[in-house]
Amino acid sequence: MSGHISPKSTYITIFGALMVCTILTVIAAFINLGDLNFPVAITIAVFKATLVVLFFMHVKYGSKLTKLIVGVAFFFLGIMLSLTMADYLSRGWYTSARGSTSAGSIVNVTGPLTTGAQALEPAAQNTSPK
Amino acid sequence: MPNGTIAAHEEHHGHHHPALQHHFQDLDQQHEAATLGMWLFLVTEVMFFGGLILAYTLYRIWYPTAWALGSEELNIYLGGFNTIVLIGSSLTMALAVRSAQTGAQRATVGWLLFTIALGLTFLVVKFFEYKEKFELHHVPGPNFQFEGPQSPHVQIFFSLYFALTGVHALHMIIGVGLMSTLTFMAYRKRFTPEWYTPVELGGLYWHFVDIVWIFLFPLLYLVDRSHHII
Repeated sequence: MSGHISPKSTYITIFGALMVCTILTVIAAFINLGDLNFPVAITIAVFKATLVVLFFMHVKYGSKLTKLIVGVAFFFLGIMLSLTMADYLSRGWYTSARGSTSAGSIVNVTGPLTTGAQALEPAAQNTSPK
Repeated sequence: MPNGTIAAHEEHHGHHHPALQHHFQDLDQQHEAATLGMWLFLVTEVMFFGGLILAYTLYRIWYPTAWALGSEELNIYLGGFNTIVLIGSSLTMALAVRSAQTGAQRATVGWLLFTIALGLTFLVVKFFEYKEKFELHHVPGPNFQFEGPQSPHVQIFFSLYFALTGVHALHMIIGVGLMSTLTFMAYRKRFTPEWYTPVELGGLYWHFVDIVWIFLFPLLYLVDRSHHII
């Protein structure tokens, strides 16, 4: 069978690169980068995963169909993560006249539009049907 | 089956590799189909772990303080050691596949046994980490204890810690089982450069489990560590 056979040196090089990245991710975690710590950790992990997929899992030498399937897997993962986060993280951004749209609050869209002052009255907030 | 058919069947078998299934043209095509099928399974695994990591990310954004407190309780040395062990096992697995490809049958057995040993090392370390969590009452449930107002949210962190590392460890246990079967097959000299598909597919599984840990290590052990040195 004509499968691609990588030289041992390739595997050892990839192993070395993965070790270096592991050390880097630990060092990066102990440096205060503020909000960037999380993205940096994820970027290093994605890079390591890419090395494993391409070389250890032979996708670099695989058929176009295999590459397509692998690409589709991460594309769908991206859709799941980005659309779900876009929903949850934007819920507090808009507040309607009759109540907040943030998670867990009741929103009444059936009644007539009211001004902000009216919406603050207790009666207006408690009449929302379940 | 009529005698004529049996004869034709046997004659047909004489011309191809015994591992070749009749619905494939040749071993290359069969190997490619098997690899593709394995990858399709791994796609479902990506979505499975992806869902858990999605939950993790959302709660981390909601409760950053609890995440920092929970992560601090995890032993970074044991986690780091296990990361090295698992990446090492990926190397030995890749070399096992390579040995099977080149027909080095004894080396295949050796590298597979090495991979199993590293996998078991990982699980033993994980066992002692879990044991410590039980002793400290950091296991979510009625006995959960954690000082301070963040306790309920830290419990969410530990729920996700146990869910993620638990299903990962389950995959490791299944992986060790698969590797044992492959070792037995390799010992019986079942693999040749013409046909080593099970070793290749077992390798894909093992590397996938390694990738999951590559994400779990920074996500669980390395949250907000910077505040404790500076």
